[in-house]
Amino acid sequence: MDFHTLIQILDSTIRLATPLLLACLAGLYSERAGIFDIGLEGKMLAAAFFSAALAAMTGNVWLGLLAGIAASLALSALHGLASITFRGNQLISGVAINFLAAGLTVLVAQDWFRQGGRTPALSGNGRFAPIDLPLADTLRDVPGLGPVYAELISGHSVLVYAAFLAVPATWWLLYRTRFGLRLRAVGENPAAVDTAGVSVVGLRYGAVMICGVLCGIAGAYLATALQAGFVKDMTAGRGFIALAALIFAKWRPWQAMWATLLFGFLQAVALRYQNIDIAGITIPVQVMDALPYILTVVILAGFVGKAIPPRAGGEPYVKER
Amino acid sequence: MDKMPKWADVVLIPLISLILAAILSALVILGIGEDPVAAVKLMVEGALGSTYGWGYTLYYATNFMFTGLAVAVAFHARLFNIGGEGQAMLGGLGVAVISLYVPWPHWSVALIAASAAAMLFGAAWAAIPAYLQARRGSHIVITTIMFNFIAAALLNYMLVNVMRPEGSMDPATARFPAAVHLPTLNEILAPLGIPFSKAAPANVSLLVAIGACILVWALIWRTRLGYEIRAYGHSETGARYAGISPFRITMIAMLISGALAGLMAINNVMGEAERLVLNSTEGAGFIGIAVALMGRSHPFGVFLAAILFGFLYQGGAELALWTSIPRELIVVIQALVILFTGALDNMVRMPLERLFLARSRRRRDRGEGAPLPERKPTRPGE
Repeated sequence: MDFHTLIQILDSTIRLATPLLLACLAGLYSERAGIFDIGLEGKMLAAAFFSAALAAMTGNVWLGLLAGIAASLALSALHGLASITFRGNQLISGVAINFLAAGLTVLVAQDWFRQGGRTPALSGNGRFAPIDLPLADTLRDVPGLGPVYAELISGHSVLVYAAFLAVPATWWLLYRTRFGLRLRAVGENPAAVDTAGVSVVGLRYGAVMICGVLCGIAGAYLATALQAGFVKDMTAGRGFIALAALIFAKWRPWQAMWATLLFGFLQAVALRYQNIDIAGITIPVQVMDALPYILTVVILAGFVGKAIPPRAGGEPYVKER
Repeated sequence: MDKMPKWADVVLIPLISLILAAILSALVILGIGEDPVAAVKLMVEGALGSTYGWGYTLYYATNFMFTGLAVAVAFHARLFNIGGEGQAMLGGLGVAVISLYVPWPHWSVALIAASAAAMLFGAAWAAIPAYLQARRGSHIVITTIMFNFIAAALLNYMLVNVMRPEGSMDPATARFPAAVHLPTLNEILAPLGIPFSKAAPANVSLLVAIGACILVWALIWRTRLGYEIRAYGHSETGARYAGISPFRITMIAMLISGALAGLMAINNVMGEAERLVLNSTEGAGFIGIAVALMGRSHPFGVFLAAILFGFLYQGGAELALWTSIPRELIVVIQALVILFTGALDNMVRMPLERLFLARSRRRRDRGEGAPLPERKPTRPGE
């Protein structure tokens, strides 16, 4: 594998890691506040469709982004209603949201565009264009660092940079602000937060809504930047890989970035090579596909350090007790 | 009386939830510019209007009975098994191995062996998440989701690289030998003089599924093990005090659950396709969740809910064939059923409980006049 191939694989790693990272951070907010969310997949899917649909109709990708976020927020509100207000089972609500998005997107796509559950292909202003960072072309010929800067760091869409900026922002918000402290507390011991006079319900709704916004961006990125338009089931399990990355990262933002980069790298390698030969042993592509999930199970099993979720995760908060 | 009568809990709440889901589904159909009444007519006609329709409805229902029971048994131990899909895939692998590589003299022997293999493979696939939950506290929902994806990759590998016949491009096994062909409802009913569609895939597995419903009922409500499973599901600490081992119950409940999900393969792999293809489960493992929720985890409820979903599936296929409503409408309905009977259960339950409480209080006021607390009294020590 030469240097140029490596750069290309790492470049596609970043592209593929971006939706995972956004969804993973989304899950991080929600789960740190004590609301399990296995509906990341569905929210991304809904956002992917509505962003592509609006971008196709208006030709403006920013309106598409807003529509995607709105769709994701609507599902977030549903999740909040079921799991916070009505104290239902958060896991079941997540499952329902995934199916709702899987069905509704195709149904509406068929009704609006009549193309078998997809949106028209996006082009021009309907997509997020790659951004060339300053001096990318000038520095391209510098040996070593030149291609790294020009190919790997420059030339992504604005959402990629936003996703990676969201990591320090999340870290700051969670660990350096009052809101973050309360958010983490409400996921560990909601009764204490309640006793301190802070609204558990308000905090949890806040976290679920942040989760919705991030999932919305993730979905919009899929349909309007990574690919050019929506196709049926285009999230293809990314929401669950993001969930896996979240556990892998033990619910911490910087580690979430590394975990999603690792899983993005696995996807990039699986995409480029069908079967990989290492020292005479052929690794089939299916192993690469399954690796994120296998790694997560290993982590969950506690063989590589224990992954302890937020203590109040999954439990509805009942004030009277 | 400080709570609702049992009939309200068992019948009224699921019914209201179902009606809410139906109303929303009708709105969805209206929203995409179709006529809900005509759609329902078409679905009923297509799914129940002929023995052909019934044959498909019952075929789907058979799948859902197995996966619904799988989810229900785990629910009784308060375990949420989302891995039915993967366990059913592995069950298919077991059925394929048994059907392809052993020469069977008669379908009945083959069915017994294939059932055993399907259950074994399904249970084995549930065993690792169960062990990790019981011993290491890894959340079973996450591990079973992960195992669904691993199962899909494994099946893909087996079909593409190992079990695919030479020269075939299709990622599927060879056709099973004729000796393992399971009798369809047509072949079963013909000697009794009842005409039944030849083309419909419903087969003898339906009887196995009904048998499984009865066995699960007996297990949960008529055996010591079932009592222990329910006790554990109600209160882990309580069960622990009673000397029930959480490890044992978690393992057993999940093994039974995995075995039931795996058993589905005798219907879709052995009974219908007669070979193992990619995506043979078609999401039936997930529909099991909706079926178990709607059936209130009771085998009879699961039986009814499975038939309802069988009807929705066949009706949905007919809709997709004759109108411009895509099959995904069923996925939406399924989502709404899960939402209302599962996640939004309290939305229906809370007002209804208040209503019944108010009624009983009024009755009591006329009699003794003793006031009742607004809610259930808090238990001491909490």
